[in-house]
Amino acid sequence: MITFDDVVKVYPGGGTAVDHVSLELPTGRTTVLVGPSGCGKTTSLRMINRLISPTSGRVLIDGQDVAQQDEALLRRGIGYVIQHAGLFPHRTVLDNVATVPVLVGKTRREARAAALGLLERVGLDPALAKRYPAQLSGGQQQRVGVARALAADPPIMLMDEPFSAVDPVVREGLHREFLRLQQDLGKTIAMVTHDIDEAIKLGDVVAIFRQGGTLAQVGTPQELLADPADGFVAEFVGRDRGLRSLSFDTAADLPVKPVPDDLELDGAGRPVGWRKTNETVPTGGTFTKTDSLRLVTDLAILSPVGIAVRVGEDGAADGVVRHRDLVDHLEARRSS
Amino acid sequence: MITYLQNNSEVVLAALRQHIALALIPVVLGFLIALPIGYLGVRVPWLYHPLVNVCGVLYSIPSLALFVFLPVLLGTKILSPLNIVVALTIYTVALLARTVADGLRSVDALVIESATAMGYRRVRRLVDVELPVALPVILAGLRVATVANISLVSVGALIGVGGLGQLFTRGFQLFYLEPILVGIILSVLLAAVADLIIVLIQRAVTPWTRFAGSRA
Repeated sequence: MITFDDVVKVYPGGGTAVDHVSLELPTGRTTVLVGPSGCGKTTSLRMINRLISPTSGRVLIDGQDVAQQDEALLRRGIGYVIQHAGLFPHRTVLDNVATVPVLVGKTRREARAAALGLLERVGLDPALAKRYPAQLSGGQQQRVGVARALAADPPIMLMDEPFSAVDPVVREGLHREFLRLQQDLGKTIAMVTHDIDEAIKLGDVVAIFRQGGTLAQVGTPQELLADPADGFVAEFVGRDRGLRSLSFDTAADLPVKPVPDDLELDGAGRPVGWRKTNETVPTGGTFTKTDSLRLVTDLAILSPVGIAVRVGEDGAADGVVRHRDLVDHLEARRSS
Repeated sequence: MITYLQNNSEVVLAALRQHIALALIPVVLGFLIALPIGYLGVRVPWLYHPLVNVCGVLYSIPSLALFVFLPVLLGTKILSPLNIVVALTIYTVALLARTVADGLRSVDALVIESATAMGYRRVRRLVDVELPVALPVILAGLRVATVANISLVSVGALIGVGGLGQLFTRGFQLFYLEPILVGIILSVLLAAVADLIIVLIQRAVTPWTRFAGSRA
């Protein structure tokens, strides 16, 4: 666990970057620090690996004050990923990834062998191992940056706007892989972003900072969307927070109606499309019990007949949901 | 010219050997002295501008004046090759101290930050990351210094120690063109070969620069 204990950072110029922040980042979880620019989120992150030291207060890792530890040794146990990856231009992809293992005393050969495995783990073609950073795309560089931070298997990862410098399509892919990796690895992650959607998507815990370096609210994404502490948080999480909160509920409890006759099925019972007078129109997608209510809502709205089709594990249609059923369910959900 | 070379091969070879020694020893010495000075100019930010100014002034001292003035300052004999070596070392330091500082300043701050954050200590970060990344700029300066030194050695002939330059003075004294031509051709060749060697070294030690800007 990483603990901020009444941390203050005042710069010599007089600006207060972080103002009496106390915060706990649970072990094995992703905590996202989010807020407008100049809110102290990056300063806070950089106090964990002592790139910045607090003016007062303490930052502790598992109860140990980081200020009491050897800087270099502390940092070798904390992975660090930044916006433009910060790769070493003079080293190949493989040697970039092998950096920290070599630093802690592994032989170059051992470190390289391990690095090769890591490249695959972050979704990079091992054929890229011999390339230099200048030969990679932005998204590839970012993956190398993540692999490099993971190389010494540190229990803690700090990520400063790791996905901001890539285009939305690439970012979407990186998000998916981040969630998959974190499911496997269970690192204690502190991530900084200015993007509330990214925070809600990736964070187990989200800490919202406001200008002046104070904490506005800390909670799970569900808590922040359902119950913002004040007007600032409500505005920051956005006007469509109600709709987004549907992402966290699955369709498991959503009652379905029997499959109507005008849904055309193939031999195995899989939906083909809706029969109209002289043509069949595609359903536009289906959902399963594990999908989110947000997806179901989306399907119902987009469907040519206003009906979302549920399928079982075998892909066969086993029920449908109409707009009215959805509204009734949301109504019941609200009052429960 | 061929007959001149055949009859005077001993003299010409001796002059060439001296020329190489007088030009390259200062390059090596100057580089070793310039490294810490250049680093200091980056490590202590307010030193950078004074450093650049002092280097500029040093480099603008006429070489002949320095050759004549140094024996007085060092207590060496006027004909000692040491005067040339010291003078050219000063020029090399003047050129390279600034180049080293500029090279180190050219290293992306993000690269330095991520090296620090990964747990590099200062000295190892300098040796493993900052200097290698600064190498293209530093080696470019080294090429200029080497070629400049090779041309400056000849001026030493005016005070009696000048490698191939002695072939010029001899030719002028005897109203004889051959040694002058041989001297010019050999010093140009020497400069070209030295430059080529540094370029080859540069290719070998900074393979990554060839890909700059060529994103796959």
